[in-house]
Amino acid sequence: MDSKLFPEGVQRCSFGKFMLWTGFILAFFLWGLYAAVLVLYNGIGTTGLDNYFGFGLWITFDLAVIALGAGAFFTGFLKYILKIKQLEKIINLTVIVGFICYSGAMLVLTLDIGQPGRAWFGYWHPNVHSMLTEVIFCITCYCTVLIIEYVPLILEQKQLNKVPFIHALAHNMHVNMALFAGLGTFLSTFHQGSLGGMYGVLIGRPYAFREGFFIWPWTFFLFVLSAVGSGPIFTVLVCTFMEKLTGKKLVEYKVKALMGKIAGTMLTVYIFLKILDTWAWATGYLPSVGLTFDDMFYGVAYGKWMMFTEIVLCGVLPAIMLITPSIRNKPALLYTAGLLDCVGITINRYVFTVQTIAFPAMPFDKWFVYYPNWVEWASSIMIVAYGFLVLSLSYRYLPVFPQERGLNYK
Amino acid sequence: MHMKEFKIKWGMVIDIDKCTGCGACMVGCQVENNIAPMTKKDPYNYVQALTSERDDADNKLRTLTWMNVYEMSNGKSFPEHEVAYLPRPCMQCGNPACVPVCPVVATDKNEEGGIVSQIYPRCIGCRYCMAACPYHARYFNWWDPLWPEGMDKQLSPAVSPRPRGVVEKCNFCHTRYAKAKDQARENGEDPMNLPEGAYVPACAEICPTGAITFGDLNNPEHKVHQLAKSPHAFRLLEKLGLDPQVYYMSKREWVRKQGDNYNAGDKH
Repeated sequence: MDSKLFPEGVQRCSFGKFMLWTGFILAFFLWGLYAAVLVLYNGIGTTGLDNYFGFGLWITFDLAVIALGAGAFFTGFLKYILKIKQLEKIINLTVIVGFICYSGAMLVLTLDIGQPGRAWFGYWHPNVHSMLTEVIFCITCYCTVLIIEYVPLILEQKQLNKVPFIHALAHNMHVNMALFAGLGTFLSTFHQGSLGGMYGVLIGRPYAFREGFFIWPWTFFLFVLSAVGSGPIFTVLVCTFMEKLTGKKLVEYKVKALMGKIAGTMLTVYIFLKILDTWAWATGYLPSVGLTFDDMFYGVAYGKWMMFTEIVLCGVLPAIMLITPSIRNKPALLYTAGLLDCVGITINRYVFTVQTIAFPAMPFDKWFVYYPNWVEWASSIMIVAYGFLVLSLSYRYLPVFPQERGLNYK
Repeated sequence: MHMKEFKIKWGMVIDIDKCTGCGACMVGCQVENNIAPMTKKDPYNYVQALTSERDDADNKLRTLTWMNVYEMSNGKSFPEHEVAYLPRPCMQCGNPACVPVCPVVATDKNEEGGIVSQIYPRCIGCRYCMAACPYHARYFNWWDPLWPEGMDKQLSPAVSPRPRGVVEKCNFCHTRYAKAKDQARENGEDPMNLPEGAYVPACAEICPTGAITFGDLNNPEHKVHQLAKSPHAFRLLEKLGLDPQVYYMSKREWVRKQGDNYNAGDKH
């Protein structure tokens, strides 16, 4: 029915089947939309957040998807600035994943702030000392860059591209893409860093506070490195998931292994520094403020197991797996390492958000455990559903994978 | 660490040994600052009625209590068991954790007196300041404020009620400070040199045991100037380096020890 809209020379499932799939995803999306309307109408009193936990699932979700969306800027940097040609086979997907992650994060932030109508105050009354100001500036600017990077792909849709003006526009945008890739790299590096800096400057929160280099606490650099150490492999996981779902080969394995190698190298650097940072924090900073390493953990929810899972099982192990060619070249092991890597980074963002504020800084205070309620889950799931929709539509109608024809219909 | 110095530094010295934990300071604060009572039903919000109810005052994690009284214990069993009560307003830190993090300069420490301000119409409700403050002194307006019929007549005319979705906190009853300065000007006195007692926040005024002393920490003529230097005085979490303008006093060592992150000693 809609076969005239498909990219040149590829096959897609029937329209009916696609509608069924879209309907399934839409159900989740609408559930989340209902929650979002409640939040906007009634305020965030409808969530599980409270005076103790001003930050919760939403901020964790935001930080995690932004880290995992880092594949876009880092792969763009490698492809357009460092000219690693092989990456052009996956670059379109990284841009779409990046766009979904960033625009999704911004949607969640709109729900998360108490006064969404004042979101623009970040530009109007900026506090140049606040890491969050930098995040607001960079995240909105970078989201615009991602839209600019996404547009030529839409313009290359088979029917649209027949219009000479659109064809020329898409071509010209492509020619100038290196500029946007450079701009995106600059913006994204800084705000990935300032997201880390946001926690590192919390002088009253010993779990997160870090000394630093110049005006940046260590967490600034750790967040940048962990994002580039997980973003590229997350794109590979998304690609593989799409391959399983569609039953087609979309990107050759060599490219995926290269992405794994890139992520693995960055993850290795990150995890080495993370271990040093944790050591310095536990033996240097904590005793200096009268606390011990053991004070920082509590029960199962905030136990040490989480830290060791993050650093060893989901950090050191995938780093070794990804930098070892014989392991990386086996698909099952590459994907396992990729999953562990992404889980590790998500745990990192969770503990920095929730454990940091759960720690009773006042000695006569006590630990609280935070549970997000259904409103927070539903609206977060809405963003995931939104991602699935964008990805499904892009895959069906846009020329995302340049290798698809060659790999499937020889 | 860079710190802004002020000629006048309003501060409190709270004698924990005098505090009985009666909560009068909390009530005084609520009334003075137009903190809306927590009401379950919102008759004006129909969508609310379809879903969940608002929080009642029994949800202590959602209440607005600019002044909060904490209970401390020496952890021993009877007959050695002892408790102490620690009233906690905003600490008006010299090096506040909340000010540098706010993305929109909704909170600042830039006025003579050293009180950390909060501009409600500027606040975007990101709650980063809440995440930063280890004293839990900042409160978020989870619901639209609602005064049951009749109670709105008790609203204090000098204080603006806050809308839903902004962060609020104790400001040492700043409106009383403005009033005291105006009064001084009217009387031909120097508003920058207020005598002891000309400006007192509601909590200090209402405290039945006189546990809260308020004044200019920099002014030798004010009682707090001396009290803050007492060997029994300490500040909460001194070691983190936030430099609060609220001091506590106790002759009991375990109380002093608990206030300062387990071990009193050199500052970080």
